[in-house]
Amino acid sequence: MLDSAHTSSKSNWLKVAAVVIAAALSLPILVVLTNVLIGDGEVWNHLYRTVLSDYISNSLILMLGVAIGAFAIGVPCAWLTSMCEFPCRKLLSWALLLPMAMPAYIIAYTYTGIFDFAGPVQTFIRDVTGWRYGQYWFFEVRSLGGAIAMLTLVLYPYVYLMSRASFLEQSANTLEVSRTLGYSSQAAFFKLALPLARPAIVTGITLVLMETLADYGTVQYFGVNTFTTGILRTFYGFGDVTGASQLAGVLLLFVSVLILCERYSRHRIRYHSSGLKKASSRRIPLTGLSAFFTTVFCWLPILLGFIVPVAVLAYWAAFKANLPGEEFIQLAWNSFYLAALAALIAVSLALILSYAVRLHRGRMINASVGLAGLGYTLPGTIIAIGTIVPLAWLDHRIIELVKYYTGEKVGLVLSGTLVALLFAYTVRFMAVSLGAIQDGLGKIKPSMDMAGRSLGMTPSKVLTRIHVPLLKGSVLTAILIVFVDVLKELPATLVLRPFNFNTLAVRAYELASDERLIDAAPASLMIVLVGLAPVILLSRSISSRVEHSK
Amino acid sequence: MSLSPSNETLTELVLENAVVGYDGKAIVTEASFQLGEGEIGCLLGPSGCGKSTLLRAIAGFEPLISGSIQVNNKTISDENHTLSPEKRQIGMVFQDIALFPHLTIAQNVAFGLTDWAKQEADERVDYLLNLVGLSGFQSRYPHSLSGGQQQRVALARAIAPKPKLLLMDEPFSGLDAKLREDLVPEIRAILKHENMSALLVTHDQMEAFAMADIVSVMDAGEIHQTGKPYDIYHQSKTRFVAEFIGHGDFLPSTVCGVNCVHSDLGEIQGDLNHGLEDNLAVDLLVRPDDILHDDDSEFLGEIVSKWFRGSHFLYRVKLASGKKVYCFASSHHNHQVGQSIGLTVNLDHLVLFPR
Repeated sequence: MLDSAHTSSKSNWLKVAAVVIAAALSLPILVVLTNVLIGDGEVWNHLYRTVLSDYISNSLILMLGVAIGAFAIGVPCAWLTSMCEFPCRKLLSWALLLPMAMPAYIIAYTYTGIFDFAGPVQTFIRDVTGWRYGQYWFFEVRSLGGAIAMLTLVLYPYVYLMSRASFLEQSANTLEVSRTLGYSSQAAFFKLALPLARPAIVTGITLVLMETLADYGTVQYFGVNTFTTGILRTFYGFGDVTGASQLAGVLLLFVSVLILCERYSRHRIRYHSSGLKKASSRRIPLTGLSAFFTTVFCWLPILLGFIVPVAVLAYWAAFKANLPGEEFIQLAWNSFYLAALAALIAVSLALILSYAVRLHRGRMINASVGLAGLGYTLPGTIIAIGTIVPLAWLDHRIIELVKYYTGEKVGLVLSGTLVALLFAYTVRFMAVSLGAIQDGLGKIKPSMDMAGRSLGMTPSKVLTRIHVPLLKGSVLTAILIVFVDVLKELPATLVLRPFNFNTLAVRAYELASDERLIDAAPASLMIVLVGLAPVILLSRSISSRVEHSK
Repeated sequence: MSLSPSNETLTELVLENAVVGYDGKAIVTEASFQLGEGEIGCLLGPSGCGKSTLLRAIAGFEPLISGSIQVNNKTISDENHTLSPEKRQIGMVFQDIALFPHLTIAQNVAFGLTDWAKQEADERVDYLLNLVGLSGFQSRYPHSLSGGQQQRVALARAIAPKPKLLLMDEPFSGLDAKLREDLVPEIRAILKHENMSALLVTHDQMEAFAMADIVSVMDAGEIHQTGKPYDIYHQSKTRFVAEFIGHGDFLPSTVCGVNCVHSDLGEIQGDLNHGLEDNLAVDLLVRPDDILHDDDSEFLGEIVSKWFRGSHFLYRVKLASGKKVYCFASSHHNHQVGQSIGLTVNLDHLVLFPR
């Protein structure tokens, strides 16, 4: 709405650009869907007879376990930090987000390193008791149960965040009314606060489940056969694109159900929130033993999900790891410039899409933007398959063409280079940057553009004097979030990276797979530390929200 | 926007048959009016009637499909040409206030003063902030101000570059009732003090009456009537205006003379010829203050409900025919619901709508 009366023809290129971007970004999902539909029954039959039931049951058990775990940690912590007063409450309320910085595969490597046969714990037990291998029982980290524990530890913050926001938003009046009607505060929790927060909790859990389904690093390392490991094994091991796509299709079905759940419960959150700002409510003061146990309970997930693994990684990285400095610098450089490039691309495209929506409200544009943001719900494995198949096809056409016209031989210019990787990242993380940009742009009301114009500013002046300063923060946030997400991403990077091109995440994965867990520590630690940045940003925004409501 | 052709003041804003719309679909059909220098006009109508669209067309944010808009005899919009908003020197105040959150109050007010010398601009800002009662707020940021204060800054920002005309799009609707009551006369006084021509858009008739010299009532993209608030209330031209402005009832009547109708409340004489044929069935517009309680009257009505208004009672009264009308009575006449009271009609003009 910079100039709705005049530039409609001039800014038509925006509309076209938005549609083209959306079409390109929806390519991977279209490719996967087409392969599901055109694939013959033969492959399907084979999958069905052999591995499918395994994949489905493992994935379901994993999802159930992680959902229960995330609920059991996230909801009580949210309730305690938002409604009760106890030692360290303020610190805990943001520290509970810290495990978000920890990619699941890295915490999995770390705990394996701690608890496996050669690790410090079992070594200690053997030293003290004199037992040998096979003479004592010790739990196996690398198992389905272990995977549930690892994913729970790093994913519960989603449930914590959503339910905490809901608890804080529930008007104090609602709870006070229940007290005047004779409910104790415990009864009020079960009768009122929990049901009111249900849509928020469900949203949090669906987010957790999407991440669980998307996880590759943990389940692969633990030898748990799920869809993501199955897809890559079918693709690599058997070179079977159709089979991999068909598995991806089934995974897509699971994801779609989750997306619908998420949309529905988000919709209900709007109904459930009173819209009123919370009046200054008094937190319930806890003392003595209850305060002690509450504090311990809230520290536990932070301790297990962040402090212990980071401390162990730091120790290994500092004193034990055997990773040459040059190699580490090379890895960090690769990761950083790749992530920065991807972030710039994703944010630039998000800016184009967002301005297209702002200037040309319409079904076509809205659908395009919706489509462009779809990638975030897709596991990296699906995007990887959906990227490599069309790009490899294109590459072969290019090779044929070049050969036909010049007689020269060219390599794989798309699928064999960073292009494929950057494309996949853009697909996967477009929604994140779109979200941040649209959020920022939404705060620049159309009337501000009009005010600028009526005060004598040309459209470009409005852009530089109003939009640029107001949008700067959102753009930086978007860049940061995409940067960190790319840095942590594993499965798509694994599939699409050019030959001999390594990143921190991929090298950590390779070293861990080679049983060199300790050598993986420097790369892992680096990823976790960089991953802290958006978590700090998030925790600052939630604590400032609390300040406002006071 | 004056009804009378004898208006001698320099005309600032003229709309001639302006048609505005999106995608070829007209939202405002053939709007015409004039606004004189220093006059405050108002587009009054229910939401969705096209009043904001018309305002945006005057500001230059919407092109005209046909017709024209002129300021000081210079055409700024017609079907072929739309002067861009920044070249119109027309200021605007918005419903959502739209202060720039990254700029201080002084920077906001000075936003349109880029061509001014630094010292003059500073003086202008200080003068305006003083005028709107916010001196000393120069270096504060918008978020630290209350809604009423923000709207006053928005006004100062809009009139800072001395625009030819000020447009206000529902400027008070985001504010609470008490604040609005205080702010409306205050802003009217400021505009009059600056001799600023202004056009207000609102759906609130009390706001329109308190603010404007002249009101245009709009519905469904059409201007129904333009006039002084008193005339619009007592001489409504269309049924829509009669119903939209104030309480009003239509009393079924029959024409019985050049300035007379017969109704449930007897023969009623008006002061002007209505020019309708005898025995024509019509509806007579009666306002609550047109029907008075009179113990001596032969016409009775049964009280259905009542409201105590301090200085008077407002009764809802059922006539013999079953038709219900409003009636004012002094607060000494405290009657009970169900009681029958005498009614007398006291009106100057007959506002008639053929049935």
